[in-house]
Amino acid sequence: MTLSRRTALTALLSLPLVLQTRAALATPESMQAALDDFTGGAPVTPGRVTLKIPLLVENGNSVPLSVSVDSPMTAEDHVEQIAIFNEINPLPDTARFHLGPRSGLAAVETRIRLNGSQTVHAVARMTDGSFWSATTDVIVTAPACREV
Amino acid sequence: MSVLINIPDSAAPGEIIEIKLLIQHPMETGFRTGPDGALVPRDIIESVTCLYLGEEVFRADLYPAITANPFVGFHLRADTTGEIEFIWTDNAGVTSREARTLTVA
Amino acid sequence: MRRAIVFTVAFLLPGLAWSDDRRTGYDDMNADLQALQDDPMNPATFWVLDGERLWSEPAGTTAQSCADCHGSAEDSMQGVAARYPSFDESSGTAVDLLGRIALCQSRHQQTAQPRDRSDPDRLALLAYVTHQSRGLPIMPDEDPRLAPARARGEALFSSRMGQLNLSCAQCHDDNAGGYLAAARIPQAHPTGYPQYRLEWETIGSLDRRLAGCMTGVRADPFAPGSPELVALELFLKSRAAGLTVEALPIRP
Repeated sequence: MTLSRRTALTALLSLPLVLQTRAALATPESMQAALDDFTGGAPVTPGRVTLKIPLLVENGNSVPLSVSVDSPMTAEDHVEQIAIFNEINPLPDTARFHLGPRSGLAAVETRIRLNGSQTVHAVARMTDGSFWSATTDVIVTAPACREV
Repeated sequence: MSVLINIPDSAAPGEIIEIKLLIQHPMETGFRTGPDGALVPRDIIESVTCLYLGEEVFRADLYPAITANPFVGFHLRADTTGEIEFIWTDNAGVTSREARTLTVA
Repeated sequence: MRRAIVFTVAFLLPGLAWSDDRRTGYDDMNADLQALQDDPMNPATFWVLDGERLWSEPAGTTAQSCADCHGSAEDSMQGVAARYPSFDESSGTAVDLLGRIALCQSRHQQTAQPRDRSDPDRLALLAYVTHQSRGLPIMPDEDPRLAPARARGEALFSSRMGQLNLSCAQCHDDNAGGYLAAARIPQAHPTGYPQYRLEWETIGSLDRRLAGCMTGVRADPFAPGSPELVALELFLKSRAAGLTVEALPIRP
């Protein structure tokens, strides 16, 4: 199949538009940068974190999210922080929760905005400096930020 | 701007209680344009802090990806009767506070 | 013969003009959204609380509050939202509840006019008054003077409009339960207005929702509070008679 003049023109014309749109969104790369900023580049191990979020969301403007971490929450051994990251909102940082032994239980919840289907990441930092994570793929049928 | 706080009045010593906050706030992201095509300035709550007898026991840093009328839920181990204070601050630095008394017996 | 059966059924089941395969927007929502509506941390609560405060706050040049005339809203406003729109004697027209609140404000409180229909304080009062009908069945006002407007609403419901040339009925009667892209097409029963729409991230009235529908079919929407929208609400309420008033609902 030969590339028609029209196809080539269309591709050329739509290229700047695509680039512009991408630039305004967090990408998995910029999310990785935010994650590295949180971990200081330390390794992140999947596990110990439970991320509960609906798999199918009708409206991305309000998505219930809860995170719990398997931890005794004692003075010596507890979750210090839980960070939530998203892949395609304008900013990858979503929320950070600072906990301590007085929390008793490492379980937090909030409601977030998701600008389209993507993978949501929850990363926990423990007192021993280790990082643990969970991810969930969410399908958003009506993303946030759309025109009413 | 008001707030709904869901917290028990009393707890047994050592009991882990659940605290939920809902704050009336638009959480304007700063990424949207208004009818005139200009960006609507960011107006979000950036942090929600919980103090128990004056000591910080929980903090949430919020970003534009948190819903309008932000909701935060967390836990707290009850050990002493006293004041539980909630402080939230927006990106202009305006701080609001609300307190409840927790009776531990 | 068929007419006789219809007549018999209608006679035997007065008030049950619709067989109950009717579904509300709540029925059509997924469990997560239903949970948000049922949660005490439902964001719409803020508007009910604001309305409760405004109810007893003196306003306008007469410095009168709603409570000065109506007393406790829990008593005087119970069931009111379930039967509106109603007939306004002095103007001789049908008015919706938001219009009634506006009339009260201008006639009795003599507040500055005009105020936007979507004025936050007015919506808060609407939310608070509607909250007093939560759980009650919709019982349309039987005042015969409302009949012409109700008939007009029924005609509007079946009128094609906009560049897409669609009527309300083509979606909400003929294709209800189907899907428009990923969204389920509801039967369009106004069981819960004002409502907190995640799309709006705030509460809004039925006329805002209807304007959204009309924009969707590329029609020029009727003005908020216009006789056309009140007429449509009258028809929609009679179509939804007996369904339970939700206060305040969450919708996607």
